[in-house]
Amino acid sequence: MEHLDGNAAAGELSEVFALDVTTAVATCAGCGMTGPVAQAMVYEAGMGTVLRCPQCDAVLLRYVRGGGELRVEMRGIRVMHWPT
Amino acid sequence: MSSVIRATDWREATVAAIAPETPRAATLTLDVPGWDGHRAGQHVDVRLTAEDGYRAQRSYSIASAPEDGRPMITVEELFDGEVSPWFVQVAAEGDMFEVRGPFGGWFVWDASETQPIMLIAGGSGLVPLMSMLRHRRNAGSQVPAKLLVSAREADDVLYARELETIGVDVVLTYTRRAPRDWTGYTRRVDRAMLQETAILGGRTYICGPTTFVETVADHLVALGEPPANIRTERFGGG
Repeated sequence: MEHLDGNAAAGELSEVFALDVTTAVATCAGCGMTGPVAQAMVYEAGMGTVLRCPQCDAVLLRYVRGGGELRVEMRGIRVMHWPT
Repeated sequence: MSSVIRATDWREATVAAIAPETPRAATLTLDVPGWDGHRAGQHVDVRLTAEDGYRAQRSYSIASAPEDGRPMITVEELFDGEVSPWFVQVAAEGDMFEVRGPFGGWFVWDASETQPIMLIAGGSGLVPLMSMLRHRRNAGSQVPAKLLVSAREADDVLYARELETIGVDVVLTYTRRAPRDWTGYTRRVDRAMLQETAILGGRTYICGPTTFVETVADHLVALGEPPANIRTERFGGG
């Protein structure tokens, strides 16, 4: 499956984050790479979306809708910050 | 109940106008309740619901400039697409569908910025870059800017007429078939082409299919461009 990038997840993730997620800067818990979420690799499937680190391919964030809930797993992100 | 409409809320948009751009693409002007403007480069999510309740959702870049008011999206019909053929072949004025947005504060450009900009489009990746160019023109921005468009053939070049007067150098390359008297590029964007055409040292925006975007970005980095000065947006099918 071909990936897109974090820009494509902006709408979905606006349901979770009050701030624009594409401008958030995330640090990968796996390799330590730090960069804008807009540059993460995004894989979209029927039920949800997976964001992966563009450097080490680790899962940064998983967003799943189903079974009557919206579930966000983001243990692959050590820290996320927004320029203010 | 709150009467405030947020960008994240789905709203019923009405098609105010449709204009064909190419044999396979059309621009739709939308009336969106509570629309509060956008930034050049942003996109909207759209959702179509079939009579049986089946829903399909896509993201489309906004083609119009922030100054234009009502948002316009340009949709290119993709072979075997589920949603895009509806927009290009079926949709009519007055039709309604759901929209939310605008989204994305990263792949955007504002006329207050002073760095030179290099815009590189693969096919309909031109759409958000066109919003930036229209914004640049409307705002009277003098920042050096250049556009490189990779298209399969002349029929695939969006906004071809308007590009002639947009006020920046436009370089085209045809990857499948060039017009008969064409003397320009006839190959995919490669390192040599970027070396010859790109404004280096400013900010670069690249939009297109994933492979296109990644190839071009890799070449630019190899040419010495700092990755932090390269902003990319990949689009997918449907």
